[in-house]
Amino acid sequence: MSLIATLGAIEIGLVFALVALGVYITFRVLDFPDLTVDGTLPLGAAVAAAMIAGGINPVWATAAAIIAGCLAGTVTAWLNIRFAILHLLAGILTMTALFSINLRVMGVPNIPLMNRPTVIDFFTWLNPFIAAMGLPARPTLRVMALLIIVTVIAALLARFLKTEFGLAMRATGANPRMARAQGIRTDMYIYVGVALSNGLVALAGALFAQTAGFADVSIGTGTIIAGLAAVILGETIFRTRSIVVAVFSCLIGAIAYRLAIALALNAGWLGLRASDLNLVTAVLVGIALMLPGVANPLRSLFKRSAP
Amino acid sequence: MISVRDVHVTFGRGTPLENRALRGLDLAVADGEFITVIGSNGAGKSTLLNVLSGDARAESGTVEVDGIDVTRWPTPKRAGLIARVFQDPMAGTCERLTIEENMALAQARGRTRGLGPALDKPRRVLFRDKLAMLGLGLEDRLGDSMGLLSGGQRQAVSLLMSTLAGTKTLLLDEHTAALDPRTAAFVLDLTRRIVEEQKLTALMVTHSMRDALDHGSRTVMLHEGKVAFDIAGERRKTMDVPDLLQLFKQVRGEELADDSLLLS
Ligand SMILES: Nc1ncnc2c1ncn2[C@@H]1O[C@H](COP(=O)(O)OP(=O)(O)OP(=O)(O)O)[C@@H](O)[C@H]1O
Ligand SMILES: [Mg+2]
Repeated sequence: MSLIATLGAIEIGLVFALVALGVYITFRVLDFPDLTVDGTLPLGAAVAAAMIAGGINPVWATAAAIIAGCLAGTVTAWLNIRFAILHLLAGILTMTALFSINLRVMGVPNIPLMNRPTVIDFFTWLNPFIAAMGLPARPTLRVMALLIIVTVIAALLARFLKTEFGLAMRATGANPRMARAQGIRTDMYIYVGVALSNGLVALAGALFAQTAGFADVSIGTGTIIAGLAAVILGETIFRTRSIVVAVFSCLIGAIAYRLAIALALNAGWLGLRASDLNLVTAVLVGIALMLPGVANPLRSLFKRSAP
Repeated sequence: MISVRDVHVTFGRGTPLENRALRGLDLAVADGEFITVIGSNGAGKSTLLNVLSGDARAESGTVEVDGIDVTRWPTPKRAGLIARVFQDPMAGTCERLTIEENMALAQARGRTRGLGPALDKPRRVLFRDKLAMLGLGLEDRLGDSMGLLSGGQRQAVSLLMSTLAGTKTLLLDEHTAALDPRTAAFVLDLTRRIVEEQKLTALMVTHSMRDALDHGSRTVMLHEGKVAFDIAGERRKTMDVPDLLQLFKQVRGEELADDSLLLS
C-alpha cells in the first residue's frame, strides 16, 4: 500500500475515532444504543461546509456543527425519555428527519470546500517538522492536525468520565435503579450523554468536510456500524477495565479498522471496490455478532452485563 | 423520622389486573427507631418501602421524612434523606464499576455532582478504613470490579454504602434473603451495628419471625396493604416466635399447613 493511501486511511480513521468515541458513550457508557449518528455525521459536515462556504470562520463553523449535533442528540433523548419511545426507534426517527434537514442546510446535495480556509490551517506551524521528515506535506499535515485534535478530545473525555459527573453517567448506564437510589437524576445524564455523543459525531462530520474537501448528504450511511466496528476492534485489541485505556482503544480501533479496510481494498485479488465498504463492514460486524461465547465483545454491547 | 398517612397505591388501575397494593396505610416511625416489617407475600411490604424511597408514587395520602413532605418527590431527590439496600445483591451496586467507584457514588448521594475527580486520596483512605471494618479483606480490593464479589460481600458493601452520605433513614428490603444462613447472620449483625452506631431510623422487611423479634424495637405486620398489628415495648419483649406466629395466623384468619416455613 502506498504512503499516500496509508496516510489517507489514517486520516479517515482519525475522523472516525471521534465517531467511535460518540458510539462508545451511548452504547457502552449509557447503554443507550443510539442510531441518530447516521444523520449527525452528515449534519456536522453540512453545517460546517455551508458556513465555511458562506465565508464564516472555520472555527465558528465547526463549533456550530458541534452544537447542531448536540441538539440532534437531545431530540433523540427527548423522544425516548419524554414519550417512552424505544431508544432505537427514537434514533431512527431523528436520523430520518436529519436526512431532509441536512439537504435544507446545504441547499445542494454536495458542497465543495477546495481552497477554503479550514481548521487545519491552524496547524501549519507543523509544516517545518513535516518537511524535515520528508513526508508529503498536505496529507501529513491533515493527519497530524487530526491526531492532535482527536487525542486532546479523547483525553478530555477520559478525564470527564472519571469526574463525579462522569461516574454518575456511567452508573446511569450500568444500573439505573441503583443510580436513582443514589440520588442520580438518570434522565438528565441520558440527555447530556446522548447530546455529547452526537456532538462528537457532528465534530467528526465537520472535520471530515474540512479534510476531505467536501460535504455530501450521502456520507452518513453506515456511520453507526463503522463506529461500532471501531469500538469492538479497540476492545478486542485492549481487553481492559480501565476507562482511560478503553477510551483510547476506541482511537486505535478506528485507525486499525480503516487500515484493514484500505488493505483489503488494495489487495487487487479480492476484487473489492471502495463502494463495497459498507458491505464489508456489515459482514464483519455481523460475523462478530455470530461468534459464540461470553468473550464476544459485541454481544455485551447489546446486553446489560459486562463481558 | 418517617410519617406515612393514609397512603394508597394501586397498580394497573382500571385494568383487569388492578391491584390495590396499599390501602390506606398509616405508619409513624420516630427518630432512631428500628422497625422490623413482616407480612405474607404480596402484603405490600416492598411497596411501602418503594413509596418511601420514591420508586412507587402514593396516589393519595402523604409521606413525610424528617418532617418534609416528600410525597411528590422523585427517587433521586429523596436520596438525600433516605438510603436503601435492596433484596437482590445485584440491584444495589454497579457490577461494571469498581468497589471504590461504587462507594464514591454512594458518598456523593444527595450532593451536586461536579467536574471534580470522583476519587482522590482522602476518599480512598476513607473507603479503605470503612471496608476494613467489615473484616472481609475487601480493603485491599478497592480497584476490583463489584461483579467479582459474592452476594454476601456485595450486601455488606451495600450496607456500608448506605451510611457514607450520612443520611439518617435506612430502608432494608429482605436484604439477607439471597444469602446463606451464615452470611445472612453476618450481614444482619452488621446491620444492627451500623444502625446503632449511626443512630439510624430503620425499616427492615423480613420473612423470618426470629429476625423480626431479635432486631429493632418494634415489629409491624402488614396485611392486604394495611398495618395489621404493631407491637413494641413490654409486650414485644415477652413474645417468642410461636406467639408472633399465632398473631400472624390470626390476622390471616387461617391455619398454616406448614409452620416450619415461617419458623426458619
Ligand atoms: N410494579 C408493580 N406492578 C404491578 N403490581 C405490583 C408491582 N409491584 C407490586 N405489585 C403488586 O402489589 C402487591 C404488593 O406487592 P409487594 O411487592 O409490596 O409485596 P411484598 O409484601 O413485598 O411481598 P413479598 O413478601 O413477596 O416480597 C402484590 O400483589 C404485587 O403483585
Ligand atoms: Mg417484597
